[in-house]
Amino acid sequence: MKQVIKGNYAVSYGVKLSRVKVVSAYPITPQTTIVEELSEMCASGDLDARFIKVESEHSAMAAVVGASTAGVRSFTATSSQGLLLMHEVLHWAAGARLPIVLANVNRAVGPGWNIWADQTDSMSQRDTGWIQIYCESNQEVLDSVIMAFRLAEKAMLPVMLTYDAFFLSHTSEIVDVPEIEQVDAFLPSYQPEFKLDIDNPRMFGGLIGPEYYYEERYVMHKDALEAQAHYQQVCKEFNEIFGREYDVCEEYRTDDAEVIVVTAGTITSVTRIAVDKLREQGKKVGLMKMRMFRPVPVERWRKVLGNITKVVVIDRNLTAGLGGVLGSEVQATLYPMENRPVVYPVVAGLGGRDVAPDDVIGIINYVLSNDKPTDVPLFWGLKQ
Amino acid sequence: MQKTIDIPRELMTEKELLQPGLLSCQGCGASLAMKLAMKGLGERTVVVIPACCWSIIIGVYPYSTLQVPVIHVPFETAAVSASGIRAAFDARGEKDVVVMAWAGDGGTFDIGIQSLSGAAERNDDILYVCYDNEAYMNTGIQRSSATPVGAWTTTTPEGSIKEEPKKDIEEIMLAHHIPYMATASVAYPDDMYMKFKKVRYITGTKFIHLLSPCPPGWRIDPSKSVQITRMATQAKVFPIYEVRRWGFSKERGCLEENWKYTINVYPDRELSTKEYMQTQGRFQQITEEMVHDVQKRVDRKWDELVRKADGSGTRSQDPGGDSSL
Ligand SMILES: Cc1ncc(C[n+]2csc(CCOP(=O)(O)OP(=O)(O)O)c2C)c(N)n1
Ligand code: SF4
Repeated sequence: MKQVIKGNYAVSYGVKLSRVKVVSAYPITPQTTIVEELSEMCASGDLDARFIKVESEHSAMAAVVGASTAGVRSFTATSSQGLLLMHEVLHWAAGARLPIVLANVNRAVGPGWNIWADQTDSMSQRDTGWIQIYCESNQEVLDSVIMAFRLAEKAMLPVMLTYDAFFLSHTSEIVDVPEIEQVDAFLPSYQPEFKLDIDNPRMFGGLIGPEYYYEERYVMHKDALEAQAHYQQVCKEFNEIFGREYDVCEEYRTDDAEVIVVTAGTITSVTRIAVDKLREQGKKVGLMKMRMFRPVPVERWRKVLGNITKVVVIDRNLTAGLGGVLGSEVQATLYPMENRPVVYPVVAGLGGRDVAPDDVIGIINYVLSNDKPTDVPLFWGLKQ
Repeated sequence: MQKTIDIPRELMTEKELLQPGLLSCQGCGASLAMKLAMKGLGERTVVVIPACCWSIIIGVYPYSTLQVPVIHVPFETAAVSASGIRAAFDARGEKDVVVMAWAGDGGTFDIGIQSLSGAAERNDDILYVCYDNEAYMNTGIQRSSATPVGAWTTTTPEGSIKEEPKKDIEEIMLAHHIPYMATASVAYPDDMYMKFKKVRYITGTKFIHLLSPCPPGWRIDPSKSVQITRMATQAKVFPIYEVRRWGFSKERGCLEENWKYTINVYPDRELSTKEYMQTQGRFQQITEEMVHDVQKRVDRKWDELVRKADGSGTRSQDPGGDSSL
């Protein structure tokens, strides 16, 4: 049924439809309304789950690690400082191979306090072993929650889906909310191979020496790579039931493109407009929307970006002393290719600074008029 | 030795849930304590272990000495991990399973106190046990806020003596209005066993504080660890008591709030704090003045405790204490 809902509600609906059994979360702007809505759903019996109202995000993550190890579907949501506080337990969840799903509303990191869109929070968790998926619309957010559980439980790795503060979290859009019967057909109940079980006692996460640890992590890495194939399968099944297509990345007007812009999150929508405008002027520009960030879809990125002249990566995040995270990862991925394109890393819109279609047009025109990047990265829209 | 109570043997779990192969030092109180705890709790128990000596003691992958499900969790998350597991077992319809967090004093008094406070305030249905060896032993004997005044550790070396009194964790936990709080030690195994037996039947957050001797950390002879722990109780440094929030009201025919303190072990001889401290190498640098202050604090606490136990009008004649729920 079509409804007009905000991004945060899209998450709550997704959680409800996924028949989650344990939720634990701690409020932080702009995620708070997810917590409120889920509390209400649990209180009214709309969602048959236990909501553990913890005293911090660190505890929220630890609670779902406990619950998931006990074999039930578990969910949490956070943002910015909250995600950073979880860091230790994020590693734990992935290392323990738990199919937890986390929704992160991308918000800038302090100081100073800034509650607006910025992807530094989730990008800086890239080494935790979590699968990461970046969303562009509220429909995508809702669908991704449901798909995330299916993917997590196939790959036995936790999945973090992220979307931009306010641009999505607090903006209403038309969303087709799936029927529960459809979701049940897509997402079977969770049946873990191992769990805390009185009748079959096992020990989880104990002392492990150099003779096993290395292989454990290697297997985790391999499984993370394989998660791509699982993901494609999940997208296919999802499309069959719900009629909406998702992929590890999305291409827009890339067919004969000479320049491709790579984006994540809501800057994508803005870039679509910019691409259309430039196409009207006869400029051969296209867009690759990055959806799956971990595991890195290396082959896909190479296929889409490998044979064109110029690639621009717009990062709404910063790793100080290097630049944008995605920019550096795209460069690293393309480096071994013989005819690799020139990559133009760009940082823009930190801390919620608006990035309008004209900004993206400006960025692309800069790329078109320079054979090589003049600044690495280019900080677009910096006040002098 | 003072007699506490006899354990009714038929109550004991037949199965030995803690198997040989523990990696602890000789004379480790924490190991003996687990054996007794599991005797009381029985098979339908999940054990949650944060970073502490027990992360090692239990054994190295792929072996475990505990024959019940065990999960290791980050250092500061013992209580809330137990809360998460509790929620999941409730969702699975296995409400009778006891979820026990088993943490050291560092994981309880210091780094884990936030999540412990959260769980206790929510009154999550878990058992939290702190085996208190009065320092961070796993990392090589550093001070914690449970380290007593005057004790040597590697971070309170000679010239930097610990002057701050040990945190009063029992009162901190009671301030959370939890239904059950008790202290116990391996020096009084019958008492300890009974406490672990009874917590299975109490809903909500149960907290048990164990004094847990550690020969390398306390600089004592391993063969003396139980004896010295008993002296802690005889010297009233570590009183053995329990506090219960709810009592049965005959008039109303239901449970009602009725705080009840019960001293389970009354010292059977006069022993000073100084005599207790003299048994341990770790107190070598303590000054006379400090000992005097500690003695005063011990006396005041004991008097308070006796008053509270008296005040409830139920001071037990049987030092085995209150075995009602
Ligand atoms: C976040 C974090 N900080 C520090 C450590 C290192 N560490 C492991 S065990 C431990 C001390 C444990 O002390 P305690 O809780 O008293 O238990 P004990 O070792 O005495 O049994 C420390 C500091 C850790 N594992 N995690
Ligand atoms: S250091 Fe102390 S607590 Fe740790 S195993 Fe040895 S005796 Fe037990």
